Amino acid sequence: MNKDPHKELRDFQVLGRPIPKKDARLKASGHAEYADDITMPGMLHGKLLHSPHAHARIVSIDTSRAAALPGVRAVVTGSDFPNIKFGNLPQTRDYLPLAIDTVRYIGEEVAAVAAIDEDTAEEALDLLRVEYEPLPAVFDPEEAMKPGAPQLHGHAAGNISAHSAFHFGDVDAAFAKSDYVREDVFETQAVKQGMLEPHACVGLWDNAGKVTLWSCKMSPYVTWRQLSMGLGLQPGNVRVIQTFVGGGFSGGKQEAMPMDFCAVLLSKKTGRPVKFVHTMDEVLTIGHMRHPMKIWLRTGTTTDGKLLAQHCKLIANGGAYSSIGGFSMYLAGAMLNLPYRVPNIKYEAHRVYTNNGFCGALRGHTIPQFCFARDSQLELIAAELNLDPLEIRHCNALQPGDVTANGFRIGTFAFDECIERVAEISGWRGKRGKLPKYRGIGFGCGSHLSGARLMGHSASAAEIKVQEDGTIQLTTGSTDVGQGADTVLSMIAAEVLGIEVDDVGFTRVDSQTTPVDPGTFGSRVTFFTGHAVKRAAEDARAQLAEIAAQKMGADPKDLVFRGREIFNPKDERQRIKLKDVVRWGAFQQGKIVSGRGTYAAADEKIDFRTGEGNLSPAYNPSACAVEVEVDPETGRATVVGFWGADDSGTPLNPLGVKGQVLGATVMSIGHALYENLIRVDGQVMNPSFRDYKMPLATDLPKLADFQHSNVITWEPEGPFGAKEAGQGAGTGVLAALANAVYDATGVRLTRLPMTPENILFGLKRVQEQNSNRRP
Amino acid sequence: MNDLIPVSLRVNGVGYDVAIRPWRTLLEVLRETLAMTGTKRSCGEGQCGACTVLLDGKAVSSCLYLAVEAQGKDIQTIEGPVGGDPALEQIQSSFAAKGAVQCGFCTPGMVMITKDLLSHNPEPNEDEIRDALVGHLCRCTGYVQIVEAIQDAARGMQDAAGEMARKEGA
Repeated sequence: MNKDPHKELRDFQVLGRPIPKKDARLKASGHAEYADDITMPGMLHGKLLHSPHAHARIVSIDTSRAAALPGVRAVVTGSDFPNIKFGNLPQTRDYLPLAIDTVRYIGEEVAAVAAIDEDTAEEALDLLRVEYEPLPAVFDPEEAMKPGAPQLHGHAAGNISAHSAFHFGDVDAAFAKSDYVREDVFETQAVKQGMLEPHACVGLWDNAGKVTLWSCKMSPYVTWRQLSMGLGLQPGNVRVIQTFVGGGFSGGKQEAMPMDFCAVLLSKKTGRPVKFVHTMDEVLTIGHMRHPMKIWLRTGTTTDGKLLAQHCKLIANGGAYSSIGGFSMYLAGAMLNLPYRVPNIKYEAHRVYTNNGFCGALRGHTIPQFCFARDSQLELIAAELNLDPLEIRHCNALQPGDVTANGFRIGTFAFDECIERVAEISGWRGKRGKLPKYRGIGFGCGSHLSGARLMGHSASAAEIKVQEDGTIQLTTGSTDVGQGADTVLSMIAAEVLGIEVDDVGFTRVDSQTTPVDPGTFGSRVTFFTGHAVKRAAEDARAQLAEIAAQKMGADPKDLVFRGREIFNPKDERQRIKLKDVVRWGAFQQGKIVSGRGTYAAADEKIDFRTGEGNLSPAYNPSACAVEVEVDPETGRATVVGFWGADDSGTPLNPLGVKGQVLGATVMSIGHALYENLIRVDGQVMNPSFRDYKMPLATDLPKLADFQHSNVITWEPEGPFGAKEAGQGAGTGVLAALANAVYDATGVRLTRLPMTPENILFGLKRVQEQNSNRRP
Repeated sequence: MNDLIPVSLRVNGVGYDVAIRPWRTLLEVLRETLAMTGTKRSCGEGQCGACTVLLDGKAVSSCLYLAVEAQGKDIQTIEGPVGGDPALEQIQSSFAAKGAVQCGFCTPGMVMITKDLLSHNPEPNEDEIRDALVGHLCRCTGYVQIVEAIQDAARGMQDAAGEMARKEGA
């Protein structure tokens, strides 16, 4: 670690200050154009027909009556596409643009129409006649794994969609040596992204054969590849243009969706642009959600709580398709290595196909579920061994410089400091065990990565065009989805070039013009793309320094860029405005300044088959304490206080970091207490925001009791010392809430969400146990 | 089409005569007929608040309000009147400064409910602010910075009113 982590922080000109998001004024005045805001001359409106069956063979589709409805311009079905399966990973390509012969869940897309307006398109759906032959369906993953269960995909025997297993050290020997061993089972539920902007797109297939898609994608290049693959086109003939993104949190905005394929194919059939917008009912019914999991966890410790071994078996209800599920399984198990020292680890995970909407990534991916299990169990161990909940965490905390059992190389990792910071700001030691009846406080910890080294595409790139007024145009392949990439990446460029954030124009992704990039996921953007931007700005700065040095007769190495000027601190006469250098260089010397930078983190490798390798260039720990009050009459748990801390390295834009950590926290509060996509025989029972309950402003603690603190470190691998901030802070919240409910009531909930009825039944059990104990 | 009916709407101080189908909501007419897309379409059933506009100064979910019923009322949307609206500008500026805008999809609705709140309660306490937001979902921020922005906007409007009074007094 840097001896003086704050030295460079003190020297920042732009970074480290709370800077309002660049597009905030545009968005707050209603001028930001989202996908649904686009209109084009002659544009048609599309609608999708969804399967009413959980599992069925499509016998026939009669489109004639729908096509004949006045105002309908075209209808497409699965057989209009070239029957090429696409997906994220080569071994898990199981998506089709529309179902062809089989539907595998209620809500799967079967056909689409384009009409002159939405009402007509809607009416046409009622006229589509699909004859189905229902097939036996299976909804529970353990049922689906049994011999004789209905099979969803020919390639996946036993409905195993993905499998991940690894073993580091020797768990059997370590359990044999352990003083204390316990096993617990935890279960988590289906949770949706819950973004307010429904998926939307406009597709155009022009008469030169070029396909263009305008859409609210977080990862436009993933969409670009998948769209090309599923359409059977060369990627060069497909262009994806990113609009403003009204919330993503992964899911459908990471991938090409049926609506994207249908928009362009209906455009080909009609010669018109075609727009699709999901209703919220559709958003909540189709796939893309957090994996529900059953997590069996066996842990062995010494009498003083030192972790010796953990063995985890996990079954995930994957739903009908793969999405990114292979990686999802690896990632949950990888968290056995973070943020605690566990020398012996064994992991076996199965992602199982069922006839439900499919699961994939959602903020935190599969890390929150695993952290819920592990930190709930840690609390049980601490209680059994009569250890302080903070002490058991301190004594197992990973330290900077550690190498974990699976090969993660830990750089900065101020986990002990995070625990202490939370204890301090929450008043933990004055509260734990001292709160009134039905009020409790719980602790929880988690961890995250700063972008992943993937087997496919990991690298980011950035380009900077320096303009003659001294401003710059910054293009990257990364997207701002509200998290503030537009601002923090602009701040990095401004810092290097000695200009202001307002001097930087940030471009949204257009696959035709912006550098290729994997997209926004895995907390990678500030880290990976931030590095690329820093390097692009340094490249531009070197070119500018050459020109300036030539004009002033100076040595380029002596020149400093600050305040929109270039000057030599050793000679005050050598000072020139940045814009004058650009103009002189361009007009007189023919030197057009254009900086390029890339970052790949290619120095190390990871093997997902063995689970061994260094997944990320940096890791961040987080800790939090939650105070709850439980109403014994209704069972309702109210969050009355929240105090979190994480080590995000050096926060480059503290205003943005604050928004990220608090947003992640509240999403986890929703996951723990309220949210549950209820499916009965594959039918979503609550596909509306009326019945799918997300946290409201009134569900949360007051400002004074809702705090997050950054433990500041200088991560040498990060751009200007930074690490991730958008997901890690939410990972320990689920367990903290479960531990707080236990502290308040004596009710230990191992199944989420912790609804009033679950807590109330728990209270009854506790009361019965207590009365049985009396003589 | 023969099912169109004539409707007169007054939006942000400007009169519009349009022909619409009688079942079209105010949200649809604003966005599709009048091309005012600042008001957002999200849940479509009055749960999320993204489509909030003011009718005679009072916040309503425009996705649940038929356009025909809005005739004769003063409709205010996020686009604001020609020539600007100091209250809207103060609120927008506070939302930006306090980090209350992330993806921005809930923001137009949040700004409109803030305008409604501060017009009848210029100094709301935190509970009153949270109560005002109860019909609005935000998935990005966890609401903290939105509450802070509304407090900041209230202070800004008080300061502006004080400055105005001082100038008039002088």
